[in-house]
Amino acid sequence: MAELIKQHLIDPEICIRCYTCEEACPIDAITHNDDNVVVDASKCDYCMACISPCPTGSIDNWRVVKTAYSLEEQFSWMDLPEQEELSDGGDGAGATIEALDDAVHALLAEAHQGAGGRSLAPASASKASVNLFSPGKPVEATVQGSYRLTTEESDSEVRHIILDLGSTVFPVLEGQSVGINPPGIDSNGKPFVPRLYSISSPRDGERPNTNNLSLTVKREEQGVCSNYVCDLQKGDKVQLSGPFGSTFLMPNDRDAKLIMVCTGTGSAPFRAFTIRRQRTSPDISNSLMLFFGARTPQSLPYFGPLNKMPQEFLATHFAFSRIADLPRVYVQDRLRQAGDELAPMLLDASTYIYVCGLKAMEVGVEQAFEDIARGAGLNWQEIKNTMRESGRYHVETY
Amino acid sequence: MSDPLSVNYDTQIPNNVDLSSDRRVLRALEKWHPGYLNWWNQLIPEKFQKSNVYLRTAIGVDPQGWAKFDYVRMPEYRWGVLLAPQVEDRRIPCGEHAGEPAWQEVPGEYRSMLQRLVVIQGDTEPASVEQQKHLGLTAPSLYDLRNLFQVNVEEGRHLWAMVYLLHKYFGKNGREEADDLLRRSSGSEEAPRMLGAFNEATPDWLSFFMFTYFTDRDGKMQLESLAQSGFDPLSRTCRFMITEEAHHMFVGETGVGRTIQATCEAMVKAGITDPYDINAIRDLGVIDLPTIQKKANLHYSLSLDLFGSEVSTNAANAFNAGIKGRFMEAKIDDDHKLQGDQYTVRRFTKDGIVEESVPALSAINLRLRDDYVKDASGGVKRWNHMIKKTGVEFEMTLPHEGFHRQIGEFKAASITPEGDIISSEEWEARKNDWLPTTADGDFVKSLMVPVTEPGKYASWIAPPRMGIDNKPGDFEYVQLHMA
Repeated sequence: MAELIKQHLIDPEICIRCYTCEEACPIDAITHNDDNVVVDASKCDYCMACISPCPTGSIDNWRVVKTAYSLEEQFSWMDLPEQEELSDGGDGAGATIEALDDAVHALLAEAHQGAGGRSLAPASASKASVNLFSPGKPVEATVQGSYRLTTEESDSEVRHIILDLGSTVFPVLEGQSVGINPPGIDSNGKPFVPRLYSISSPRDGERPNTNNLSLTVKREEQGVCSNYVCDLQKGDKVQLSGPFGSTFLMPNDRDAKLIMVCTGTGSAPFRAFTIRRQRTSPDISNSLMLFFGARTPQSLPYFGPLNKMPQEFLATHFAFSRIADLPRVYVQDRLRQAGDELAPMLLDASTYIYVCGLKAMEVGVEQAFEDIARGAGLNWQEIKNTMRESGRYHVETY
Repeated sequence: MSDPLSVNYDTQIPNNVDLSSDRRVLRALEKWHPGYLNWWNQLIPEKFQKSNVYLRTAIGVDPQGWAKFDYVRMPEYRWGVLLAPQVEDRRIPCGEHAGEPAWQEVPGEYRSMLQRLVVIQGDTEPASVEQQKHLGLTAPSLYDLRNLFQVNVEEGRHLWAMVYLLHKYFGKNGREEADDLLRRSSGSEEAPRMLGAFNEATPDWLSFFMFTYFTDRDGKMQLESLAQSGFDPLSRTCRFMITEEAHHMFVGETGVGRTIQATCEAMVKAGITDPYDINAIRDLGVIDLPTIQKKANLHYSLSLDLFGSEVSTNAANAFNAGIKGRFMEAKIDDDHKLQGDQYTVRRFTKDGIVEESVPALSAINLRLRDDYVKDASGGVKRWNHMIKKTGVEFEMTLPHEGFHRQIGEFKAASITPEGDIISSEEWEARKNDWLPTTADGDFVKSLMVPVTEPGKYASWIAPPRMGIDNKPGDFEYVQLHMA
């Protein structure tokens, strides 16, 4: 199989030849003639510095190709060629680019597998910047604070860690992830592969207009990276890559209804979603639902603040599986209980479903939706496909 | 010292020039600020001041930081002072000082020349907001309304940029000039704006698009040449302004394009093949292509006048002094001094239009204008491509450089768009074929009805190919304040 290239192209029909991108490119990969502004595939290293300065959006075009279009070909275009059909697979022709590093790309592809097909961002979502800092060229962030979210008695330690980006511009969207490279080398003498963590703060920071972001990290007994991250102290420096992910994003739409299903640290993106909504549209009610599973209230991250949320703004449905003398309840049980409310939402084009947490939760959640759909005389697989193809069904599990 | 890439919001005036440690300039700007707000508030109708507009605000001057989109009420837009990062060891790019370190302070010998350049540039910025103040009431869509306001707030910020330079580097004189920028007003009898084209009203949206396409493009060329200045603070200021100016070009090019597209599509739908069947086409609620061509003729010729006389000692002096360069100076392969070089000028003489070789230094204005013509023809090519795609037979053209000129070599001449010299009687008899008439203007104005439903557009203009910030078609770009 020939190796496929993701080629960065500019749509000549939309481009107005202002050369802003050419100025923005740090390595002179962009050039022009009298007709078109074009990207040299042999030089472009996907740093994305040209993307946001473009006034037209013409800059943000990508084609997966076997042979890169030459400068001369691009100079002669009046329109952008369609994505060619690439029968030999690769990573899917024209797939949304979530990350440009193969390792990170693979991690995200795996995390999104549960959606049952190619993930798409909500149509109204803000455009995500990806790969501004690659794992090989990370940015240094400073630990601003690290707080234990679960009680001391709880057997799980989940921490809320705030990373300050100083003066580095690191634009993130709710639902995106960052990579952390733990220092040191593994048993084979190689550097550790980066670990991805969902950002749990909204795009404008923990507090509005602060240049920081937060992560929600659970300490795993054998986890090299989670122990490293959970042990970080205020003032420590961390090597951060990202942002990554361009599909698990929230819609920019006041009418959108979000059904969020999570366990444990899978709550991170939903904290970001909720705070974003609170900051932009605090007046909207009855459009956010959170199904959240944990062993006990003591081990459920953000239990305190979540309990203070007005139910009209965020309807919370907690499921606890290890409370003494009580039957075990899982998120899928809570979903079924809310079935009457959820069923009509499945057909509503403004409904978005997000599932985030451990891989193990997928099956139960899937079955719950199937039951709810069947009860209403609907076909869940069809609904799911429709939703996914319109950017309204998202799974991120690990 | 604050980080020059991020914007400091500590003081009232967001900036990346460490204003808080420059008390003198900060105080001067804070004193100027209320007058500015007052100017802004009197200009834009209150209903729009209170509306939420989806605007782009710069939070840093590097590629990742300067395009942040969110809803903002315009009076709360963070106008500020943003300069492109300082390039280490930058050198004067042209003229007799080429190769010497760029000036960080105003060189005494060029003080008045520099101040004049800054004042002229500064004067155009608020002028265009004044010219466009009525347009909000007839916007063909919320998308276009948002684009208008984005252009307006950025012109406002560009005024700030020039005022900063005046306050920081030009002392008491500079402060007085800064005040005068708010005192002069577009079209005013007593105190008009400095350049002719900026005293003409922008009566309708097609004029606005033509203005942003042709006249703002002159602004871009001027900024490009000032960005080459050996006076580093001016260069850095203009470099950042150019990134914003690109949006204005975008509004113009796509605005005219969408107007043309709506016309062609309506013609095809109605089965009209003759683009000159003007009444039938106008009955479709779109603007006929010949009228669009007339508007282009007008705005193009007015914009050519903005470049000044083809042969000019002022321009030669500014280039030679190294305070204003050529378009993309750094990419031009010559000695950047032009001492012995020649340039070809077209002159109007009794023998017709003749080419004459003159010292290149004296033809700096023409050189910039020639680059402009090339730049401006790019969009025309795109428009024609669009027309062709619909099957309509019509071609937009740029008129001859001598057509309808008030300044320079051709001001005394009567020249057709094709470049033929005619008598002034013939000009009078035929000018209505080439320039918009009052009746044309009245027709265009009759189509200017506001459309405020998200995702809907007035009949005479097609929806854009892409949303701003990748937003979907029915995005509510302006949340109108309902009084």
